[in-house]
Amino acid sequence: MDPAFLLIQVLNGVQYGLLLFLIASGLTLIFGIMGVINLAHGALYMVGAYLAFWFTSRTGSFWLAILLALPLTVLLGLVIERWFMRALYKRNHLDQVLLTFGLILVLNECQSILFGNDVHGVPVPAPFSGSIPLTDVLSYPVYRLFVSFVCALIAVGMYFLIQHTRLGMVIRGGASNREMMAGMGINVHTVFGLVFAAGTALAAFAGMISAPLSSVYPGIGDSVLIISFVVVVIGGIGSIKGAFLGALMVGLTATFGTVFLPELSGAVVYALMAAVLLWRPRGLFA
Amino acid sequence: MRSMPLKVNVILAALLVVLATYPLYGELLFPQQHDYYLQKLTFIVILAILAMSLDLLVGMSGLVSLAHAAFFGLAGYTLALTAPQYEPISLWIALPAALAAAAAAALVIGALTLRTRGVYYILATLAFTQMIYFVFHDSDFAGGSDGMFLFFKPTVSIGERVLFDLEDRTTFYLFCLGALAATYLLLRMLLRSPFGHVLVGIKENEIRIRSLGYNPPVFKLIAFVIAGVFAGLAGFLAVAQYGFANPSLLGWHQSAEALLMVLLGGMGTLFGPVLGAFAFELLHQLFAGWTEHWQLLMGAFVIAAVLLLPKGLGGLLLKLTRTRPPAGGG
Amino acid sequence: MQPILVTENLSKHFGGLAAVSQVSLEVMPRGVHAIIGPNGAGKSTMVNLLGGHLRPSQGRIRFNGRDITRLGAHRVARLGIGRSFQQTNVFAGFTCLENCWVAAQARQGSSLRFFRPARRLWRVRDRAEEALALCGLEHHAETVAGDMSHGEQRQLEIAMVMAAQPRFLLLDEPMAGMGQEESQRVVALLGRLAERFPLVLVEHDMDAVFSIAGELTVMVNGRVLASGPLERVRDDPAVQEAYLGDGVEAC
Repeated sequence: MDPAFLLIQVLNGVQYGLLLFLIASGLTLIFGIMGVINLAHGALYMVGAYLAFWFTSRTGSFWLAILLALPLTVLLGLVIERWFMRALYKRNHLDQVLLTFGLILVLNECQSILFGNDVHGVPVPAPFSGSIPLTDVLSYPVYRLFVSFVCALIAVGMYFLIQHTRLGMVIRGGASNREMMAGMGINVHTVFGLVFAAGTALAAFAGMISAPLSSVYPGIGDSVLIISFVVVVIGGIGSIKGAFLGALMVGLTATFGTVFLPELSGAVVYALMAAVLLWRPRGLFA
Repeated sequence: MRSMPLKVNVILAALLVVLATYPLYGELLFPQQHDYYLQKLTFIVILAILAMSLDLLVGMSGLVSLAHAAFFGLAGYTLALTAPQYEPISLWIALPAALAAAAAAALVIGALTLRTRGVYYILATLAFTQMIYFVFHDSDFAGGSDGMFLFFKPTVSIGERVLFDLEDRTTFYLFCLGALAATYLLLRMLLRSPFGHVLVGIKENEIRIRSLGYNPPVFKLIAFVIAGVFAGLAGFLAVAQYGFANPSLLGWHQSAEALLMVLLGGMGTLFGPVLGAFAFELLHQLFAGWTEHWQLLMGAFVIAAVLLLPKGLGGLLLKLTRTRPPAGGG
Repeated sequence: MQPILVTENLSKHFGGLAAVSQVSLEVMPRGVHAIIGPNGAGKSTMVNLLGGHLRPSQGRIRFNGRDITRLGAHRVARLGIGRSFQQTNVFAGFTCLENCWVAAQARQGSSLRFFRPARRLWRVRDRAEEALALCGLEHHAETVAGDMSHGEQRQLEIAMVMAAQPRFLLLDEPMAGMGQEESQRVVALLGRLAERFPLVLVEHDMDAVFSIAGELTVMVNGRVLASGPLERVRDDPAVQEAYLGDGVEAC
């Protein structure tokens, strides 16, 4: 086994895992704090990817595209929370599953109407378009390292937010804290809106930065959705630490699975989840 | 479990008669399109079986399962896989095989997922469905993403005598309708049985059930398998009808649609999901007739339905006959 | 007489909080053993521990000599320990008869029967009707439980426990929220039951406790202050001071 090849797979796995962390962290927070299953989270990733594509093709600059797209996704998150999520806080799981399923249909179809069903690509942005040579024949794309770096930075930022701020304390407390939050003088609606918007932005941002890596096409939301759920289940709902470790586990498993078991690569991640559930039905860190 | 009030039973029987006699008046109502509508109706009946079986889980046991399509699709694929290419397979072989496949899968998936609770449960069922979907989609043994064809409908005969010629559209339709009625009656009987009582009790108050000495996971698993078998029946009929099995039968979108039918129709009533299946498919046809982007309308409708119709059409029907909804309701 | 239930140094911690600490008590095979104490004394936790709904952090529970410490709630119930709940926990959507029916069926062999309508199992039905009659609810057999008054639902709680034909009764504040007359009826009923079964009773109603209890355990802050025959505990100076000193404490 060529060490450079192995290194590439590990780097890929970590990068995939870190990206998954961005998405899964939003998902686990939304469920942990607000008690709502949000099936539309993957669609938000897709929204980010398409916005990145569209703004890049209009402005020519990937960075400008992200700058323009981010506030839009925050706005989208706030709107969805206000109009739809708020109605779901007191409802049962079936209602939540179905309503967010409806949202997926709406968002997917909007994407189809606005952008059509072709596959689109986003060019890797300028400063990072090179590769670092590892051996005579193998090299590693700089952009992937950049993506890993950015995601890790965000992860560190989240860690500080959660461990060292009052908002973080509220988040760590969990969903049952609604009364306690109100008792502490925190406006629950504001917190929920912020958390949901943040989760949306994270998922969309993940979509944006991964657009140059994988193409932009209908249905990318769906595949990401289920994998992120696997991460959340493995890590334990509501746990950011769990989402982080779970994401890395899933990222590495998926990457190595594709390389060593190509026929079963899709199923390998679920086998991991089954194994974790057998051992710890509530995830590793719930 | 109280039986359904007499008025409701009468209405259901009337609906059954209306449906069963459709082949007679269909020609009159839709002279050009009769055959097309018969096909559509058959499909709705099959979906109704799927939705009803899901109600056993969602409405009666409180299990929101997104894995139901897996059993639907597995049974269908089993039919496509076991049938020889150039001649029909006998129902007496194909159906038990398909149902056994569905039951086995339900047993395994049920045992694994029932270790989890609440949201974890829903997500676990979702993930297992995806796993099975990928196995069929990515590999070649069942045609991969293209799926498989079934060229002949199964034969139903004893010795040389043909009991039902399923190639005849009308016969096939009535056969499916019979399956729907049988499923309903069997599930009703199940709910009236000792097992059924405990199941509903689990949904109402699991702590109490445990403190009385029942072990809930065992009951839930059995319900899961039974529901899976009936979903398999629906899947078998679906592939038999269109002669085609593809991975989307197994996908979680299919499960979500089934859940939607249960919600639309009113969960916990068993007959509600039948109404829900009709409502869903009719809306599907309506929206698809208006625009190719019908999913947008469907999505908006789903959102509205969740927000505005919590007890579904079945709940409405029960209210109209001035009866209390059963213990397993909404 | 050997005790039928024994706990040895039973403790339960929730994080840093010790809800129950080093509780050792003995329950005799007949009579009412009451557990009393102020709010937060750990009484409900004790009931949950004895019933198998909570697993102890330390200590042991023995029933008829058998170690049941690690058994879950449904296994404990199958051994014959019947438990009622402080918060009314009936099946609101079922009729009273159906409630008792489900309780009775649990002990009548397998419930994995799918084909016969439940109503036809005569023996189970008889037990359910007997239990209802025992608690004075026979006229409400077909009434939906959720439609009844609070007091009647509390009676149904007890009926359900009885329908399961327990060999040991664990009752958590059965008279909570009941009026004077109803309470007296229930007290009389419990007294009759205690002639045949061991009965552990958590209660705040001191009149009731003193009229039927043979044994008393006083808990404060998760620990046992005193435990033993009623008169001895009642006259214990520590108990008097801590709990009974001001007369009847209607906590």
